[in-house]
Amino acid sequence: MTDTSNGYKSGSNLEKVLRAGNFAVTAELGPPKNADGEVIRKKAAILKGFVDAANITDNQTAIVRMSSVGAGTIALQAGLEPVMQMTCRDRNRLGMQSDLLGAYALGLRNVLCLSGDHQTFGNHPQSKNVHDMDSMQLVQMVVGLRDKNCFQCGEEIKGVNPRFFVGAAENPFGDPFDFRPYRLGKKAKAGADFIQTQLIYNVPKFREFMKRVVDLGVHKQVSILAGVGPLKTPGAAKYMRDQVPGMDVPDEIVERMEAAGKGIEDKKAKAAANKEAGIKICVEMIQQMREIEGVAGVHIMAIEWEEAVPIIMEKAGLLPRPTFNGSSGN
Amino acid sequence: MIVAEQKPLEEIKGLLGEAGRVLIVGCGTCVTVCFAGGEKEAGILGSLLRMSTKMEGHAKDVGEVTVQRQCEWEYLDAIRDRVAEADVVLSLGCGVGVQALAERYPNAVVVPGLNTKFMGLPLEQGVWAERCAACGQCLLGLTGGICPIARCSKQLLNGPCGGSSQGKCEVNPDIECAWQLIYDKLKAQGRLHLLMEITPPKDWRTSRDGGPRKIVREDLRLPVAEKA
Repeated sequence: MTDTSNGYKSGSNLEKVLRAGNFAVTAELGPPKNADGEVIRKKAAILKGFVDAANITDNQTAIVRMSSVGAGTIALQAGLEPVMQMTCRDRNRLGMQSDLLGAYALGLRNVLCLSGDHQTFGNHPQSKNVHDMDSMQLVQMVVGLRDKNCFQCGEEIKGVNPRFFVGAAENPFGDPFDFRPYRLGKKAKAGADFIQTQLIYNVPKFREFMKRVVDLGVHKQVSILAGVGPLKTPGAAKYMRDQVPGMDVPDEIVERMEAAGKGIEDKKAKAAANKEAGIKICVEMIQQMREIEGVAGVHIMAIEWEEAVPIIMEKAGLLPRPTFNGSSGN
Repeated sequence: MIVAEQKPLEEIKGLLGEAGRVLIVGCGTCVTVCFAGGEKEAGILGSLLRMSTKMEGHAKDVGEVTVQRQCEWEYLDAIRDRVAEADVVLSLGCGVGVQALAERYPNAVVVPGLNTKFMGLPLEQGVWAERCAACGQCLLGLTGGICPIARCSKQLLNGPCGGSSQGKCEVNPDIECAWQLIYDKLKAQGRLHLLMEITPPKDWRTSRDGGPRKIVREDLRLPVAEKA
């Protein structure tokens, strides 16, 4: 049941961690491109106890995967608190609200509101997109279900209303850079409880972004989790630097990744050296994030590399995770 | 204007099938201006069809006529006899023109020669771009005269999304980010305060989502007796 004692909005573990003033840590769990629940259980077992909650992506990069409601429920049963991601690409306001009701009834307590990657990137580029609402409006809608006890149309919810801890995303490096802190402020105004940023590799530029956010006082209205992630190979670093719109990977990071495996002939040893460097950079970034005013935690995106998360957490000195009432949300 | 493009010749020939007598009907308005279905294009397509069907050994009798506006009954009434003589009418109008012909002449087999693409404008010679999605509730007053419904790939009302990079949309570097344009325009005009408010969800009933649309202007309607 929802723990709304102490004035909790949702009673989720993530909410409790942030409320207690702990540096929060979330990770990411990508559902499979099939109907095998065992995949979720295996990934959840890796992350359980090492993070405060894990995002369950919603048809990430517009590729069909197990739904975030379904996969999130399995993660919850496996003892890992999910953050259900929800995009505006595939459902209209009816579909989104009905899924929110179902997800809440199944025990999910966190939701991350997103616009969604455009379907041309995915495996069904022929499909029709929806975008009935945008991510800002989705935040307002989920907050309204909780705080106004009514559906988006204004109709009262009779009976149990879904009480989620509501998140949104922001890309500090998206353009126009000057507008991003204000847009973050709009998401706070819409009622977001927490923000997870896109992957950050350019820390000085993120620091500049956060300075502006702090000057606006937005960090006091919403908990900001900085997005970090371990690089696996120099190629991945180069790809993100050169090919992914809105990503800012400094040359220095690419060079460090290139240097790691240089001169190593053995393939396995080379891969291990690359991974070690990626994890080291990630740990350093987490340390830097902890020093930045207004940063309430980190969101570790180790895509299809969940095993890296416990190692990063250990090296970053972020273990053990806080627990509440004798048991963690995990 | 409505911007259209001609279908590939092979597809057009497929639509015509075995018909011996073909009437190509061009339109003198939007599709003339965008060089897709005016008098000139009707003439060229007619010649192409005559030549290629002759070479293939089943020559078609292809005629052409262009009306000023294919989307209004009165212009279509003038070609009644030509339509009656044809086995197939190949419309080079937009989707509205094709349907106007089909409605006015219920017995005629009308097929489209164009793909109607969008409502837009020419940016330069040979380049057209979409500008309006006919959502039925214009919000250009809030967005510096730049439409996020027609021009943002995700139709965001509170953009830009995280994929906006150096003025371009993440979907395709050929697409300008509508929200970057909106931001730049409002900034230049000292009206950035418009972007600080959250735009509420759109009421899509005025768009196609509310079902096929129709406008009735009682002030313009004729008394019943005069209609006849």
